[in-house]
Amino acid sequence: MKQFEALTRKKDNQAVRYLVVDDSVFARKSLAKMVESFGGKVVGEAGDGCTAITEYARTMPDLVLMDITMPQMEGIEAVERIVNEHPDARIVMVSSVGYQDNILAALQKGARHFVQKPVKPDALYEIIRYVLNDDGVTATVGAGEQSR
Amino acid sequence: MRMDLIQPFIGSLDTVLAEMMKTPPKIVDLTMEEDGYRKKGAAALVCFRGQVEGRVILDMEPRAAAHVASILSEGEVDPAEPLVLEAVCELANMVIGNAVTQLNDKGFEFKVFPPERVTQDQFEKAGQDSEATILCFETPSGNVHLNISMQYHQRRANERLPVAVV
Repeated sequence: MKQFEALTRKKDNQAVRYLVVDDSVFARKSLAKMVESFGGKVVGEAGDGCTAITEYARTMPDLVLMDITMPQMEGIEAVERIVNEHPDARIVMVSSVGYQDNILAALQKGARHFVQKPVKPDALYEIIRYVLNDDGVTATVGAGEQSR
Repeated sequence: MRMDLIQPFIGSLDTVLAEMMKTPPKIVDLTMEEDGYRKKGAAALVCFRGQVEGRVILDMEPRAAAHVASILSEGEVDPAEPLVLEAVCELANMVIGNAVTQLNDKGFEFKVFPPERVTQDQFEKAGQDSEATILCFETPSGNVHLNISMQYHQRRANERLPVAVV
């Protein structure tokens, strides 16, 4: 997989911590590989919305990648509950179902962005950088330092 | 069955498989089935409810399914491994999700459910009460079948209108 210029947290220059939520093992594995290629660290995984809420509270990640269509509790409801509890939560929706109403609903509940599956690493990298930079959370490690 | 409902599924499978396998698939057959469909390999089913109701089954010959699993897991996967079914579910999720997105953007409102693995029994049950359109796509690793059964409920918009009491 292509390696990207590492994104790190501004406050301590450590790797960005991610929670990956998807009912598909493949999707979780693939997203985990992508964020690791961005210099990030996966601190938790969940296969449904309910588990995502508890995993968020347990790991307090810098960013969540959240699927929409999942069993038990869907991603949009999980976003609403997480953001109610943690208003600073940064959540990016990652779903193959990307119609206007769905995107709008997710954004209204507090998601920061949306990526449609199949996910292209370059697109995800730019979105994550945008979402984290928007809050002044990330710094891109200078070219040549951590570019692998 | 309305062609404008089926077209997004064809386009979506074509795009996703072409991107994944690096070779565009070819449609080699289109049939209508009222009963008696036999599962060809690893299959996943996605249901939807709303203005459009029905289900789509993605059924892949073992070699094609194993190839997709190998691509998704970035390593060799044997056709007999349980991981193959998981890969077919994920592919179905991508293909059907993209098609549903196009249909919703055209104004058809419905909800899509997570993919489920399908057994031959479920296939037979699914075929009992509906007519299906089956598309066969040829890929370098084997054939991929898309079994689509859906109905458009125009009356749904009027369902909540009050009924006169006599």
